[in-house]
Amino acid sequence: MSLKRGSVAAHVVMALMVVYFLLPFWWLLVASTKSNDSLFDTGSLWFSGFHLTENLKLLFNQENGIYLTWLRNSAFYAVVSGVGATAIAALAGYAFAKLRFPGRNGLFALLLGLIMVPATALVLPTYLLMSQVNLVDTIWAVILPSLLNPFGVYLLRVYVYDSIPDEMLEAARIDGAGEFRIFRSVALPAMRPALVTVLLFSMVASWNNFFLPLVMLSDDRLYPLTVGLRTWYMSAIMGNGGAATFNVIVTGALMAILPLILAFLMLQRYWRGGLTIGAVK
Amino acid sequence: MTELQTTPAAAPAAAGPAPAGRVKRRSLTRETFTGWLFVLPFTVLLVAFLLLPMAYAFKISLYRSTLVEGEVFAFFDNYRQAIDDPLVREGVARVLVFGLIQTPVMIGIALLAALLIDAATSRFSRFFRLAAFVPYAVPVVIGTLMWGFLYSDSIGPFSALGVNFVAADTVLASLGNIVTWQWAGYNMIVLYAALQGVPKEIYESARIDGAGEVQIALRIKTPMISSALILATLFTIMGTLQFFTEPLILQPLNPGAITQHYTPNVYAYQQAFSFQQYNYSAAISFLLGAVVFVGSYIFLFATRKRSALR
Repeated sequence: MSLKRGSVAAHVVMALMVVYFLLPFWWLLVASTKSNDSLFDTGSLWFSGFHLTENLKLLFNQENGIYLTWLRNSAFYAVVSGVGATAIAALAGYAFAKLRFPGRNGLFALLLGLIMVPATALVLPTYLLMSQVNLVDTIWAVILPSLLNPFGVYLLRVYVYDSIPDEMLEAARIDGAGEFRIFRSVALPAMRPALVTVLLFSMVASWNNFFLPLVMLSDDRLYPLTVGLRTWYMSAIMGNGGAATFNVIVTGALMAILPLILAFLMLQRYWRGGLTIGAVK
Repeated sequence: MTELQTTPAAAPAAAGPAPAGRVKRRSLTRETFTGWLFVLPFTVLLVAFLLLPMAYAFKISLYRSTLVEGEVFAFFDNYRQAIDDPLVREGVARVLVFGLIQTPVMIGIALLAALLIDAATSRFSRFFRLAAFVPYAVPVVIGTLMWGFLYSDSIGPFSALGVNFVAADTVLASLGNIVTWQWAGYNMIVLYAALQGVPKEIYESARIDGAGEVQIALRIKTPMISSALILATLFTIMGTLQFFTEPLILQPLNPGAITQHYTPNVYAYQQAFSFQQYNYSAAISFLLGAVVFVGSYIFLFATRKRSALR
């Protein structure tokens, strides 16, 4: 850039913002290496002793290792909801883009109309309906509603419409391939980048989900990490006896975001891909 | 949305002489069957977890649970009560104030960040893009927990400042900071993507005319991405109205300041799950959902021409 002064100013502003955005992570990383006592009486932005392994041991032994159960639950909910939602959205998105059938435009218009219904407004009635069929407090109460992803369907429909030429499908039909075969061996491979994006977003949405499992689950052995860590945090703040101490919660929080940050760094392209398809189209 | 109509219009043109037409028709019935088969799982889910809950929420919001008669039809009584309820009004006023301040601040930061990474192409600016976006990957619950620790006067790094971040008059700003931290980078990416779509020649001619980088950023780039700015603002406001997780998580830090009716959603949640007032809770949720829903479409429609949204 020709304007040196302007460039320096720009980099100073960016540096300040980096400090702001990364400070909580730095704090969490430092705090997870401290004992509970030194959390309280040493400077909180620098290391003091190294107790990470000790904290991890405490974390995994707290309440008979329930943290590992929560971790497993979060992973299970994320994988099942993510894969399920993506498969269902792929079928629907492809059909909306490339198959002609009566009712298609009406159904798609309905989808577009409902895409803005806020999810939080649906949690309570979904809970009441689920309790009528005795599904409350089961894994299905968390998984089934997460399989619905109207935005994913919309995104895949746009992608398929733009990127798979009709001639390609027509050629496969002339070769005598069945519709499902065409979908599987012609359309799916071509949809891969968009599928990864939808999969990533639905898995992360499920991993991060809080309101739905909070309402649906009361058995703490079914909790995902988000709901579990919140109960620990509440007990710790209120000073209940036997509650997880702050160093345990801090370490638990760090362990909960590590897989996300790794996934984030490795799959950056797809994250940005998803956001830009959603925003610009 | 307009492209919806193009496909059926193209169909008759493709139908040529009679034999070809017959083949076409046969494949159409096959397509009808496959089409419905493919959208069936999605349709079932749409009905079961969107339409049905919506209809059910509306239905129970029209009833009232009484000790003597059980469920009685009460028409719009719950809605009347919600509109008159000072606790609902307080929560609505709070999220509105919150949205009016937090939204422009956050979109402003996101815009500044997007303009910076668009102008500077150093290695550091790529690192900056990553750093700003990372908070979005953190679950809201954990982001809030992290800030809850940072705000703490016993273990947080700001305790020397002597500020109580969760006092009655500061907690809304503290919550605003959490939301800004978590979502500014997300909006930055959205706005940056829009900036990438602007043809670079426009900047060249402005530079030849003697415009500085700051002027180009303010007078050309920002107006060019107005549609993305509008969308980002809309989604932020929609999120604000439904404000729930952050106040619920921080509640134990100061239950006197973050009350049971702090936001409409927190209130609806408490009404349902602490007091079993399902009918009233459904009315509040439905009202809030309707405001968000109708609001988004009015907003999108009103800004459609200006922002060239399709």
